[in-house]
Amino acid sequence: MALPQKESSPIFSDATAGTLRLIAYLALAAILMVLDHRNGWLHRVRYLTAAAIVPIYKLAAAPADWVHGASTAFTQRSALIDENRQLREALMLAQARLNRMDAVAHQNERLKHLLDTQHLLGMHAQLARLIDVQLGPTRDRVMLNVGADEGVLVGQVVIDSHGVMGQIVETLPHASVAMLVVDPDHAVPVMLARNGLRGIAHGTGDPDQLVVPNLPLSSDIKPGDQWVTSGLGGRFPAGFPVGTITELRHGPSGMFLEALVKPAAELQRSGEVLLLREQPDPVGPPAPAPEVGPPASLAPAMPPAPGAARARLAASPARAATTP
Amino acid sequence: MNRLHAQGWAFWVGIALAMLLMLMPLPAMLQPLKPYWPALVLIYWSLESTDRVSIGLAFCVGLAADLLNGALLGDQALRLAVMVFIALRFRSRLRFFPMWQQSLAVFLLLLNNHVLQALIRAFAGDPAMPALSWLSPAVGAAIWPFVFLLLDDVNTRLRGKSAGAG
Repeated sequence: MALPQKESSPIFSDATAGTLRLIAYLALAAILMVLDHRNGWLHRVRYLTAAAIVPIYKLAAAPADWVHGASTAFTQRSALIDENRQLREALMLAQARLNRMDAVAHQNERLKHLLDTQHLLGMHAQLARLIDVQLGPTRDRVMLNVGADEGVLVGQVVIDSHGVMGQIVETLPHASVAMLVVDPDHAVPVMLARNGLRGIAHGTGDPDQLVVPNLPLSSDIKPGDQWVTSGLGGRFPAGFPVGTITELRHGPSGMFLEALVKPAAELQRSGEVLLLREQPDPVGPPAPAPEVGPPASLAPAMPPAPGAARARLAASPARAATTP
Repeated sequence: MNRLHAQGWAFWVGIALAMLLMLMPLPAMLQPLKPYWPALVLIYWSLESTDRVSIGLAFCVGLAADLLNGALLGDQALRLAVMVFIALRFRSRLRFFPMWQQSLAVFLLLLNNHVLQALIRAFAGDPAMPALSWLSPAVGAAIWPFVFLLLDDVNTRLRGKSAGAG
């Protein structure tokens, strides 16, 4: 039985042409990747085409929403009543705590007024919903349903009711992308709530773990301690919970401790999040001190006298001996 | 003409569904195992007809996927172009393989794709992918027979319908 001749696929003819075309496309892709890596083109293209791609995200997120909605619809009544009671209790507790906080806040404001500083306790936040899609091979970024047209800026902090979730890294007109604290590229300056020990919490890529490296071996720290944002660096306002220490271990060098931390925010749960409106003033480390003294051109060209070096050598063991 | 039209529709609807499936979240446990859907659809169509898929088309589909995924522009374009190139080159052999051999070939294609992805990520300085994600080509190969049968069924029906109409 004969195959139709004209549709038979050639095995070897045309092969070089195909290879050349492949090489051309590979080169084009490589050029695109390098340009995008250097200049962040992708963000600009995404911003321009956002009108087309955001509906696609919503469409892709729809089944997960339906599943969520269905599970709510079919939850047992008793479970709902239980949940309701728990929530009511939690609300009452929170309300009581808030009432106490109110008095403290008033006092704080009065004292700050006396000190003539700005009041920083006011917090403007914007509610946002997650669009449940997967961006990239790992799940360290989430998409939110508010964007540049709603006043979202790159760098805004995302929190949920339990703690810091991450920060905005990309805005589209009506959607934005937030990097979670567990992203390996993410770091947040933290301090221990109990005693103010400072550190930097890095993401690990594992959705249940952060790591705070380079803690002194002698520091007063134990599993169960809570890290909160320290406010250093000026991006994250101070005092938001970041996570609790689950394990302490020696770092790779053996000279420092490393704390493994469970994030406080519920990163796996989808739902509502808060975007902090006001970014604190950028407070960085102080600018390096200007160099003082005579200009370098006036420095003596000759090396220090050998006698001086010997004297310094002799002095150093003595200094080492005096310091315990 | 009509048949080509219908096939064109089937192709683009398949690609669109694959993109949606790519974006769709799974439970956290299964996340790294998610097969690379656009690749499966492109492999099917490059085996099915000579003139439907070309390297250039695969490149464009990859660019669109990159745009949606927001990782690195050109990453999937490169990988899909390579994959379609290999699939088209061995098309005349792959088409007449029994199903299990075809699945094996798809596994190798997807594995090659995964190695390329790991290389590109390493060059771009991105963190390595989770170890479990190396199982994703195997998952892709395991569901290949179903994808093939489903798409083939749709294709046959369309052909029969347009033949009946024309």
